[in-house]
Amino acid sequence: MSDRDRPAGALVGRGVSPGVGFGPVHVVSREASAPDPGACHDGDAEAERARAARALERVAADLERGGERAGGEAEEILGAQALMARDPELAAAVAGLVGAGAGAARAVYEGFGRYRALLAAAGGYLGERVADLDDVRDRVVAVLEGRSPGGPPFRAAEPYVLIARDLAPADTVALSRETVAAFVTEEGGPTSHTAILARAMGVPAVVACPGATSIAPGTPVLVDGSSGLVWPGPSGDEVAAAIGGTAAGGAVIGGTAVRGTAAGAERADPGMATGPGATSDGHAVPLLANIGGPRDVRDALRYGAEGVGLLRTEFLFLDRAAAPAEEEQVAAYLEVLEAFPGGRVVVRTLDVGADKFPAFLPGEKEPNPALGRRGIRFFEKYPEIMGGQLRALARAAARSRATLQVMAPMVATAEEAARYVTACREAGLPSAGVMIEVPSAALRAFDLALTADFFSIGTNDLAQYTFAADRGSGALAALQDAWQPALLDLVALAAAGAAERGRPCGVCGEAAGDPVLACVLVGLGVTSLSMAPASLPAVRAALSRHTRERCLLAARAARAAISPGEARAAALSLLPGADTPPPRRHAAR
Amino acid sequence: MAERRVTVESETGLHARPAATFVRVAAGAAPDITVAKGDGEPVNAKSILAVLALDVRRGDTVVIRAEGDGAEEVLDRLALIAAAP
Repeated sequence: MSDRDRPAGALVGRGVSPGVGFGPVHVVSREASAPDPGACHDGDAEAERARAARALERVAADLERGGERAGGEAEEILGAQALMARDPELAAAVAGLVGAGAGAARAVYEGFGRYRALLAAAGGYLGERVADLDDVRDRVVAVLEGRSPGGPPFRAAEPYVLIARDLAPADTVALSRETVAAFVTEEGGPTSHTAILARAMGVPAVVACPGATSIAPGTPVLVDGSSGLVWPGPSGDEVAAAIGGTAAGGAVIGGTAVRGTAAGAERADPGMATGPGATSDGHAVPLLANIGGPRDVRDALRYGAEGVGLLRTEFLFLDRAAAPAEEEQVAAYLEVLEAFPGGRVVVRTLDVGADKFPAFLPGEKEPNPALGRRGIRFFEKYPEIMGGQLRALARAAARSRATLQVMAPMVATAEEAARYVTACREAGLPSAGVMIEVPSAALRAFDLALTADFFSIGTNDLAQYTFAADRGSGALAALQDAWQPALLDLVALAAAGAAERGRPCGVCGEAAGDPVLACVLVGLGVTSLSMAPASLPAVRAALSRHTRERCLLAARAARAAISPGEARAAALSLLPGADTPPPRRHAAR
Repeated sequence: MAERRVTVESETGLHARPAATFVRVAAGAAPDITVAKGDGEPVNAKSILAVLALDVRRGDTVVIRAEGDGAEEVLDRLALIAAAP
């Protein structure tokens, strides 16, 4: 519904986590009243200081435990909050204030105040950390005042739309997608923790939506996490239209459970359409997940991934003082492989260099890191690291019931591809491919396919190098648009080069997670799609509604366009309904 | 007093994960450690709030100082973390 006019009465914020959610509003207010400035302790400063220290430590320990339970991003965020609660400078400030007579709660409140002002003044990333800081402060104050810290309910009769001025990370991790249909906050930006965690949870979210907290509690609200639309009191038809075309799964509409879950969903989220990806006429398109380590496996399974199309391995190498031992690597790879018995896991070998180095391999900084010695160019420079990783992968492959494939990033020429494949063969790896991220590799795909067993197109870097546009630059976002016809041409070239030699060619960039574009990619000859796990249901649904022939026609129409906007419109006209996002669905239990 | 001067290369500056790693390593070491942005006021390197409030961005130089047993070792580690891209 992203391109429609805003319906009457609807609010608009910034969509930061895709999908459509619907449910009654629950407004969370955490306006903790500040402890009275005049609040004094009873004279025993020593005891009061100890009380403050205990409360700080208790909150730190709670946050740490919550983080460990949640894992992933949440663990990092809550771990950083625990560090705040254990901050020695803060403890000293609190002790000083208590020494001057302040009660513990007031001392904590004021102690945090100084840093709060500094972070707020800095704005940007640091400004967004103010919510984290306030959360720690309010929790400690609540402990000291003998209150529960408040926050949203962890259980509810039906999934609700959680609305708040701003959400603390500790609140969002305690929630699950079974209780929350969508998040809406009045404040926050795309890098706020609400946004990051909502994406990790696969729950739609809209931030920076002024006026949201004035929606009356209990009002049914429709939230579109792509367009940013927040729509109180839509009619049943309107809800059905937004959720339409997703009948494959169960949905809760207006609190009424609409039944129906796909079969074989035992290990996947109930209510989520599952099963292997295919067009409506049965042309199989394996749907795989992009993951950053064993921690993300759970999500991949929940969204019904058939395997892993991109396992990044930097988690094993960055943030550490020495290279990981082979044993440790084998264990980590097996943890992922064992989740997909009979499936496949494509591992991208170490992708660092130019601007990102492991601490144990400090490299020279280069003036133009995107065009520097990175990916395969860096990897080849360190034969012991490369050899160690390939050996560890071969050992894991030998012990696993899943098919392990490896691929190299940043390959530009057929010689590089050949050297890499030879090294993989020598290590005992049966399947070695290359990523297509550099235009030269797409242009000469036929040559690269001579040795490479498969291709995986990284559309983000391919766009960056094709349009000479830094992928990190927001101002150049239009040039990063995966609908650019020139990019579609390169994808078609790479897929054709692979097909001529009978090799598969997947896509593992963000483009694969756009349901309309996914159909077009299939039409361009792409054989598998790998994406963030949360994007799988929408892509699966879109593919299942169209024939392969339709996808071919849409691809042809898109390539005939001369701008990204036209390309999308032309494709969409041939793929009706492909852009309807599936709702946040919740099965009746 | 031992000292290291390094340029911060991380895209996010000394925020987020790099800041947490930096502070955890500092907090786990015995010596007193300070960190300053350029020639600014040094702050306690074991304090996440103080380190965040420095607002060190990519390209900024930080000066890390330590005194006591093991100062050189911990400075080497902290310098690596601060300089890591």
